[in-house]
Amino acid sequence: MTKKQPIKNPVEKILRMDRIPHIWCSGCGIGTVVTSFAEALRKENADLDNIAVVSGIGCTGRVAGYTKLDSFHTTHGRAVPFATGLKLANPKTKVVVFSGDGDISGIGGNHLIHAARRNMDMMVICVNNFNYAMTGGQVAATTPLDANASTAPFGNFEYPFNLPYLVEAAGGTYVARWTALHLRRVTKSIQEALNRRGFSFIEVITPCVTLYARRNRLGDGLNLLKYYYDKSEIQHNADTKDLNISYQGKLIVGKFVDKEKPTFLDAMNQHLAKKLGDKYQPYGEEKND
Amino acid sequence: MKVKKSKADPKGVLTGAHFLDGDYALAEGALAAGCRFFGGYPITPSTETAERFSARIPTVGGVFIQMEDELGSIASLIGASWGGLKAMTVTSGPGFSLMQENIGLACMMETPLVIANVQRGGPSTGLPTLTGQQDMMQARWGSHGDYRIIALSPDSPQECFNLTIEAFNLSETYRVPVFVMTDECVGHMHEKVVIPPAEEIEVVERKWYTGPKDKYLPYKSDKDGIPFMVKTGDGYRFHTTGLTHDERGYPVIDAQCQKVNVQHLIDKIENNEDKIIQFEEDQTDDAEVVVLSYGITSRVAVKAVQKARKAGIKTGTIRLITVWPFPEKKIEKIAKKAKAIVVPEINAGQVFYEVDRCSRNKCSVVHVPHLGGWVHDPDDIFKAIKEAAK
Amino acid sequence: MTEIRFSGFGGQGIIRCALIGGKALSIYGGKFATMNQSFGPEARGSACSSQLIVSDERVLYPYITRPEILVSMSQEAYEKYQAELKDDGILITDEDLVDPKIKRENIKHYSIPATRFAEELGNRIIANLVMMGFFTAITKITTPDTMKKALPGLVPDRFIELNKKAFDKGYEYGQKALDEGKS
Repeated sequence: MTKKQPIKNPVEKILRMDRIPHIWCSGCGIGTVVTSFAEALRKENADLDNIAVVSGIGCTGRVAGYTKLDSFHTTHGRAVPFATGLKLANPKTKVVVFSGDGDISGIGGNHLIHAARRNMDMMVICVNNFNYAMTGGQVAATTPLDANASTAPFGNFEYPFNLPYLVEAAGGTYVARWTALHLRRVTKSIQEALNRRGFSFIEVITPCVTLYARRNRLGDGLNLLKYYYDKSEIQHNADTKDLNISYQGKLIVGKFVDKEKPTFLDAMNQHLAKKLGDKYQPYGEEKND
Repeated sequence: MKVKKSKADPKGVLTGAHFLDGDYALAEGALAAGCRFFGGYPITPSTETAERFSARIPTVGGVFIQMEDELGSIASLIGASWGGLKAMTVTSGPGFSLMQENIGLACMMETPLVIANVQRGGPSTGLPTLTGQQDMMQARWGSHGDYRIIALSPDSPQECFNLTIEAFNLSETYRVPVFVMTDECVGHMHEKVVIPPAEEIEVVERKWYTGPKDKYLPYKSDKDGIPFMVKTGDGYRFHTTGLTHDERGYPVIDAQCQKVNVQHLIDKIENNEDKIIQFEEDQTDDAEVVVLSYGITSRVAVKAVQKARKAGIKTGTIRLITVWPFPEKKIEKIAKKAKAIVVPEINAGQVFYEVDRCSRNKCSVVHVPHLGGWVHDPDDIFKAIKEAAK
Repeated sequence: MTEIRFSGFGGQGIIRCALIGGKALSIYGGKFATMNQSFGPEARGSACSSQLIVSDERVLYPYITRPEILVSMSQEAYEKYQAELKDDGILITDEDLVDPKIKRENIKHYSIPATRFAEELGNRIIANLVMMGFFTAITKITTPDTMKKALPGLVPDRFIELNKKAFDKGYEYGQKALDEGKS
């Protein structure tokens, strides 16, 4: 007689099951993105020993703590430069920054544009829920005009970032945007990013039910998914300057940028070898998973 | 201490006698110590260190990256250290201020790294091109919360070289950020710097964990009080966080875990103070007045002490090589014997207060301030000695 | 202990003079030497200066106080620094660029057309080496060979010979000046 093994969810392999249940609210979209990430790793049969996740602070910042990979929960805004050091010191590692819109584009905005400019070989998954959720729903650099937030109690009057446009302009070589509804598309984008070199940026618009939706009387998670369903439109290769998001307005999603350019390390090795010849000690070896 | 020592990698060692400034000597010390990652941001008067490293590393093998700001520099260092390289940056007052939050992260994650601070006059933009010793307390307390760091203070380009190697060795031994607190005067001063052959330079290697993959606990202290380290890609699939954490590196948000976690950060330094602390003393045995100083000020102080001795005042000196942790016991011992301790430093009173505290009112402690921009006039120190000897 | 100030305007290689002197004396000349220079916005302007302290013992105080030797390669630098020169000190100037109009009885003054000589040798950029040769002869601070040993690494490899030639030119001129008792 063989003992019946309990059926395991395939994502368990990349999760720290001893830390589950997680802290995210019901209806939150972050877990959905983590599932897509796990699914992408599974589909790609990725070498889990050579993938590192770096998060900053915030709700999405907690992702690093739940992934059973080399994982770093760092400080607010500094996930990208931390990941830069990690990648450069150990180039065979595939480095994934998993953090929120506030962390990556607010407090960490400067690092975001510079990592994109350098075409630093890393994948940035930016979960955009339109507000600072961990601290109670404050206005963010991504909050649509007129949307209500705890520090914009009469509605937001600041123009928000169009993140794909920002990242493309800064030099990012892979830019995609999806919503939490587009699970399989998110998975596919992560797979593509795993298989390429350079700065990949994947924005995923997700519901924040407890704060953003409640404050704006938008209903529950299902209502938000319904909004994504009704108002999202896949337009691959759309001009990123046309990707502004208005309050409850159209959400243009898709893969907008996917191009080749030497990474920071490639450029460094090529340039210095050219300038210094045999004296140059080539550094690192980026691994293409 | 279980310390694995080895000889320096000759690729980084520029053996020979050189005429270098302190900033360049910092970079040479780092290369000799095995530092292969430098993430920096230009700031006067420290920039020459970054320039030197960027010019030297391509033929040694490693990475120099000029980050977008000091917040990025320090973050890249912590990342690089966990990626397995010895990492360093250099900065000055304003940049050091910007790094403080992540210095706390480095302490909390127990990450070895070295920061050299070529101090200039402050506050704010202050005196970018002129000297100061006004960041000594910032080095000690600059990040929020309770933690312990190590800070060294070189008095010459030669010591910039020597103490940078020492800083890396201490950093790897105790898994803690170590600061080389030099200043504009030493940083920009050229003197002879002798770099020994690689086989004469002892470097401490990181204490890597090599045990079974499912048994690794990133924050479980070894018998010597210091946890083993791993790097990305070693297959341990570990977690680390700036949150208060248990031995697994998992966040635990309560007072009990906080007590264990933070106490460990304090104990691993305090319990090893005798091994860490270095100072030089001269003629303190029968001294009525002891002049305590560090860095460039200690050189100027010797001039004053020479004059005092000529004037018949029994004067001794203590030069702190390690400023943090502070040689508390030594100060107390001196305070019991001497009439006074005179503390010149290029600030309005920083290390002075620590000396005053440690003297336990056993002797008088006199501060000789200088608010930055130049070194002391030795006569000002002499006058303080004379007054204190009365 | 000897305190020396080299001065002139930016681009004349004034910093390089102190570096060559400091390296030569501390590494090949058996002395202690500490070299400093002006930094900051003031260093970007026209006046440029570097300081060198040479001693048989370790240099403690890192800056010069009253130099025994002042080398000036511009009128502005001469006027700015001449007053700090010690009594019985040595003033060395570029003959064509400095008019030593402020009379001091208690100093020795030597001058050389360093820039003109450099131009004659093919490049005014080596005027500082002509001056270093002259300086070495006048002050006898060390041997000319010791000074020249410091050149590799401080001047581009392909110009070392030219720099040595410039140095020798200045050195010979200095010796002649001493022989003739020209002060």
